[in-house]
Order: sequence, then C-alpha cells, then structure tokens
Amino acid sequence: MASQPQNGAAEPAPSAGNAPERKGPAEGPVLAARAVSKSFGPVQVLFDIDFELRPGEVHALIGENGAGKSTLMKCLAGYQPASGGEILLRGRPVAFASSEEAEKEGVVLIHQEFNLAEQLSAEANIFLGRELKRGPFLDTALMRKRSAEVLRELETPVDPATPVSALSVSQKQMVEIAKALVRNARVLIMDEPTAVLTRREAEVLFRQIERLKADGVAILYTSHKLDEMERVADKVTILRDGHHVVTAPVAELSEEDMARQMVGRDLTDVFPPKAPEPGASVVLEVEGFSVPGYVKDVSFTLRQGEILGFAGLVGSGRTELMEGLVGLRHASGTVRLDGNEVHIASPRDAVRHGLAYLTEDRKGHGLLLGKGMRQNLTLLGLERFSRIFIDEKAEEAALDAAIARFAIRAPRRDIPVGNLSGGNQQKLLLAKTMLVEPAILIADEPTRGIDIGTKQQIYGFITELAAEGHAIIVISSEMAEVIGLCHRIVVMRSGRVMGEVSGEEITENEIVRYAMGLQQGAEERAGDDHVRRG
Amino acid sequence: MSAEASTPAAPARRMRIDLHVWGPLVALVLLILLGAFLNANFLSYGNVTNVLARSAFIGIIAVGMTFVITAGGLDLSVGSMAAFIAGVMIIVMNWLVPELGAGWPVVLAGMGAALLVGLVAGAVNGLLVTRAGIEAFIVTLGTMGIFRSLVTWLADGGTLSLNFEVREVYRPVYYGGLFGVAWPIVVFAVIAVIGEIVMRRTAFGRHCAAIGSNDQVARYSAIHVDTVRLLTYVFLGILVGIATIMYVPRLGSASSTTGLLWELEAIAAVIIGGTVLKGGFGRVWGTAVGVLILSLIDNILNLTDLVSPYLNGAIQGVIIILAVVLQRGRKAG
Repeated sequence: MASQPQNGAAEPAPSAGNAPERKGPAEGPVLAARAVSKSFGPVQVLFDIDFELRPGEVHALIGENGAGKSTLMKCLAGYQPASGGEILLRGRPVAFASSEEAEKEGVVLIHQEFNLAEQLSAEANIFLGRELKRGPFLDTALMRKRSAEVLRELETPVDPATPVSALSVSQKQMVEIAKALVRNARVLIMDEPTAVLTRREAEVLFRQIERLKADGVAILYTSHKLDEMERVADKVTILRDGHHVVTAPVAELSEEDMARQMVGRDLTDVFPPKAPEPGASVVLEVEGFSVPGYVKDVSFTLRQGEILGFAGLVGSGRTELMEGLVGLRHASGTVRLDGNEVHIASPRDAVRHGLAYLTEDRKGHGLLLGKGMRQNLTLLGLERFSRIFIDEKAEEAALDAAIARFAIRAPRRDIPVGNLSGGNQQKLLLAKTMLVEPAILIADEPTRGIDIGTKQQIYGFITELAAEGHAIIVISSEMAEVIGLCHRIVVMRSGRVMGEVSGEEITENEIVRYAMGLQQGAEERAGDDHVRRG
Repeated sequence: MSAEASTPAAPARRMRIDLHVWGPLVALVLLILLGAFLNANFLSYGNVTNVLARSAFIGIIAVGMTFVITAGGLDLSVGSMAAFIAGVMIIVMNWLVPELGAGWPVVLAGMGAALLVGLVAGAVNGLLVTRAGIEAFIVTLGTMGIFRSLVTWLADGGTLSLNFEVREVYRPVYYGGLFGVAWPIVVFAVIAVIGEIVMRRTAFGRHCAAIGSNDQVARYSAIHVDTVRLLTYVFLGILVGIATIMYVPRLGSASSTTGLLWELEAIAAVIIGGTVLKGGFGRVWGTAVGVLILSLIDNILNLTDLVSPYLNGAIQGVIIILAVVLQRGRKAG
C-alpha cells in the first residue's frame, strides 16, 4: 500500500511568518491514512480506513457517536498509534510517538474539551510550551505583541493578558486556534468545534476556517450539525461503525443523504407524530419566579401529558430557571403542584414532589464517569433500593429494565460509564432520572452532542413518556427539536419570558423573533441583543 | 465522543486490576510468612496479641478516616484530638472520684465524656469544612494545633495522670479480653466489620463514594452533600473517642505527646489499603489490612536484627509510596 505517489520534496518546511503558500486542492494529500485500523484490546473500532486530506481543503468527518471519528482523528494527530495500516505525512509514512511530535510536523488537534490552562492568560496559553525567550527570561513583550496580532487576525478582540477563565466559550475556541497558528499548523484537526457555539459564534469560526483554508492549511473537522456542512466543508467523509462509507464533495450530498449514510437506514421522520394537544389538568403552575442574577419574574403552566418547550439563546436563563425550580439554586416565587402551593428547597424535595431534572451537563453534573452503570442508575432513587442495606439484586433488576426500556448499549455491565458513547450516557441519564417516577420531567438539552440515530430514539422516549401521562419540559437550543417535539413553546431572553407560541404559531421565525427580543419589549432592549454572553 | 476516546483503558488490564485489588492482602500474607520465618516467637499468642492490640487504636481511627477520605475530605487533627480527649477523660474521671468513688460509674462517665468530646470535635471540623467552605486540609491543620495545644495547657506542660484506684478498675478494658482476645482487638474487629458493611451495603457508603468522585453529580442526584460530609467527620470524631477509651487504661496518663503522628499513620493505612486519596473509592477491609501491615513491619524489625529498627519509618514510607504507585498504575491509561 506504500506505493503512494511521492510528493517530490514534499512541502517546504512551514515558514515562520505564515507566508501564504497558496496551494490548490489539486496537490497531493498533506495527510493521509492508508488502510488504518485500530483495536482496543479485543474491540476493533476502525476497519481499514482510507482517507486523504489536502492543503487548502476543509474536510468534514461525520458519523454517529461511536462511529470512530475521534479515534481516527487521534490516530492522525499522534495521540494514539494505529493498530494497522499507515499514516502518511506529505506522502511519507510517519509514526508520531506523541502529539508533541505531530505538532512539530504541523499537525495540531483541537479537542472538544479545550486544553487550556484556565488560570493563565490568553497569551501564556497561546505560547504554552513554546515560550519566546530572551536569554534565560521570557520575552513577555514580544509574546504579548504576537498574541495580540494573531487574535486580531482571528477577529477576537480580547486583551492577551486576560485569564482564559474570563473568556467566553467561543473566545476560548479562538485562543485554541491562535495556539495552533503560532505552532505553524499546516493541518488543523478540530473535534466538534461548534458543539458549544451559538450560530453567530459559529459563523465567526467559519470565517476563520475560510481564511486558514486560503492560506493553504488543511482542515479536518467533525460536527453533528449537518446543516453546517454546506456552509463550511469542501468534502465530506462518512464513517459508520468504524467503516468508511463514502467520501464525496459536499455538493453531491444532501443533508438527507448524509443522515441516511450515517445511520445506514432511512430516517423518514426524526420526530414521532405529536400526540394531540392535551386537554388535561394543569399539574404545574409557576408564578413570579425569580433566580437572583439569572431569572426575573417568570410565570408559566404545564399540563399533564404535555411537552412544553423552552427556547431561547444560550445564556437566556432557562437552565437557571429550572435549577431554581428543583431547589438547586436559591429562588423565589410561587410554585403550585396540582393546585397546592409547595416549597422546594432541595433536589430531594423536588423528587419527593414528583419533579425531576435531567441536567444539560451529563459529564459534569449527571453521571459519575468512573463508576459503573448500576451505581449511576440508582444514585438519584437510592432510597427505593435501601432500607438499612442496599438491595443489589433489585438494583441489577432495575438496570436490566433500564437497558431494555431505553435501549442502552454497553460492552459490559460493569464498564465505567465514562467509557460509554455520549448517546448511551444520555440514555442512562434519562433512565436514572425516570427511576424516581416523576410526574414532571424537566429535560435540559436532552440530545446535546449525540448522534442523529440516538436523538431520534430519545425523541421517541420523550413522546412515549408524555403519552403515559408524564408532563415534560424540554429545554433546547436546537430550534428543530423544540418545534418538532413540543405542544407549546415558551421563549426566554435575558432571564425573562418573551412570549409563548403554540399550535400553528410554532415556526422558527416566530421563535427567533421572541428570542432576539424583536417581538416584545423591543424598544427597551433594542441595544443589548448584540452583547456577547461572557 | 468518549466512546472512542476512552474505551482503551478497560479490557487489557484485567490481570493488573486483580493484583491491585488483592495487593494489600498479598503483602500482608508475605509479611506474616517473613515474620514467621525470621523469628519463632512471631506467631506466639503473646506477640500476636501485642501487635493487634497496639494497632487497634490506629485501626479504629483509620476506619473512620476511610469514610472521610472516600467522601473527598481529610482529617489531620485525629492524633491531637485523641490526646485532647484523653486529657479531658482523665480530668473528668479524677474530678468525679470524690463524688462517685473509684468504680465503674466513674469510668463510664469518662467514656461518655470521651464520646461526647469526640462528637463535638468532629462536628467542629465538619462544620468548618461544609458550612464555612474551608478546605479540609486547612481546617484540620488548624484544629490539629488547637487540640494539641489544649491538652498541653490542661496538663500544664506535664502529664495528666489517672487516679490510681480508677486505673485498677479501668485496666481490664485494655488488658482484659473476651475468650482470650484482648478487648481492643475485639472492638477494632467489630468496628471494621461494621465499617465495611456500611461502606459497601448502605446508601451512606454509596453517597460518600459519589461525593468523592464528583460532588456536583451528587448534588444534582438529590444527595445532601454537606450533611453526608459533616457526618463523616462526626463519625470519625466518635471513633477517635472510642480509640481513646481503649488507649487510656494502657498507660493511665495523657501528655502533649499522646497520639503523636497518629493522623499520619491512619492516613497511611487508608492509602495502603487501596482507598483513593482524592476520594470516590474506599474500602474498609483494605484499611484494616493497611493498619496490620504497618504494625507488622514495626514488629518484625523489633524482633529481628536484620535491619535497624531505626529504619522502620523509611520502610513504611517506601510501602506507602509503592501503594500509591500501584493505584496510579491502574488509572493511567
């Protein structure tokens, strides 16, 4: 397989000044995989993958969670050695011993979870490990100047001396990219860079990607957001279950095609049909509810069997509102359950009143990643399994039931849940939350960062739960999700409810107008919708 | 993403994990064999009783320490706390002798005082950690100094001695026993068994591990994080009280050097036993084994002249570091 056309003297070593060495995509691949396979113990996760990345090309790598995207990226960037096949850099086989070695060759991977030292300044992070020195001392002035230059190029007007912890998510992303740039990256590999960005922030990122592309940088990029592909990618490679499915120019694949190829079957409709509008009784009434600093004077109602959506921009106070409701934050206001006023001071109170909250942050707040499925499943409802001692048999039975009910796929029962795919973690989290049999389920971003097949399953579960008579609140930043799933949608902005849409009024346009503050109170808040969230 | 990212760690390491699980026990068995090989007296009734009874104090405390550490805390004050409790006990008993006479009522009152002071001292640590939100290391470093200085002050720089008649009544608590097994050993065994069951089979144990692995997840899972943390310190305080109750009849006195460095021995035993210092995973049987390993090393060095007993600390230090290296070996992928 090594008969790859040698690319002459390969590329000249990347010059320090980032000179634009415009390369047309017609050139040979800068980085390629030939029949790469990868196994972890007995489990093979990549099967004979062929893949090419050319200078000046944006190549999107898509697939469901567990399809092998991250593993392939890590093999390409030297984080993990391939078990079989070879990686070619500018036509020559390489075996990076470490990510540092790959970086030296201009191959840089930007992780989904950033690798930034939060307490250090942006400039210190940008030059971390590559500090410029004058004699034995750091040349702070020069580093500051260069950092400022790079950040300006990236349209990120932050002071290089700002600690990273004070930056917004998108600014951190830009600092990561700046870090890659001062390392003269010729190949930039980005793992779901837009997962945590708002649309506007993603647009800034895309502009930078285009700029880098024009400079001849090869970019490999993953995302679950298929609608971004047309905007940013030149080529798309689809992986499924560790196998290469197809590589094609983005123009030749519709979003439908991509989804179908990823899943390997037709996705007729992602959303199950909505149950008829419930006419049942109101189970939850919230009046004048405030969470200091986040939410002001919010009121809404929820009926039995209803799916109520909460839309709005990231940072509009939806999560804080719900955390206040279930006693995770100090809050004030009136809450009535089935007409009776209740006071919920802690999550335990909430559970006792039949109110359960599924967090948006499954890794940080939802699951104990080092523990097994059983311990995680029963953590919220442990009271149900223990008098004096925990009944482990009952726990195992509950796990069996949860695995069957929520179609959780795990290689072993005792596997630490951190080793499960995102989709299976999310299903386990849903099972954990439903184990306390709440009358009201509050699901915060229930499908964040999971693949489309699993999303569809979760939509199915939510609809089923509603049909069984649970009342459900869904917070989502994905417009299609709230529109496709909910009977009624409350739109929040800057900690207030801006409006409510239901039935025929549920359109993206209507929701966006409320979310942007165009529909209500526009005169008093005209100025601040361009304010970045900090 | 994590599916692809982290599956590697699990399957290939089966063998190593087994060794990791049984490591402390294997080390203990090897030590016993070594001791029996080096000295005929090692396995004699007298020596075994002596070793076990002396390790009981640290052992009882270490069981409580296992819960504190598993829940992500630490308590450096237990040694000083033991000294302080011993001082208070002796003062209370001596003070009550004129009223009640030198009999069991006085001893029981002393025991009650020990438990009460232990409970209050543990609660002080726990409340400062949970309510005031100060790091456990800082809080207990502070209370360590406070308790130590209080006992020195109570003894006026010297030694507090228990009334001799009371001492005679109280003596069997250390020197007596049940079916030939000394009381400290019985108490240590009972507490270790209860501790193991609580850690493994009750919601409280599960909650400790959950809080130690990620207190945010615990909070979102409707666990009263602060209450559980507070309870671990209170239980530890009470256990320090129990350990002191067993200890006082041994010498019948307390001074500023009572219980010196007990905290470090207890923490070392917990770590050797396989509990993770950062919290999230703890096992009481391991702690019990850890305590025995530490005291056997001491005993073997004293019985034989292979190595100078002055090197005892060095050998224990090596064992502690080795235990942590093994722990790390399991985690690094």
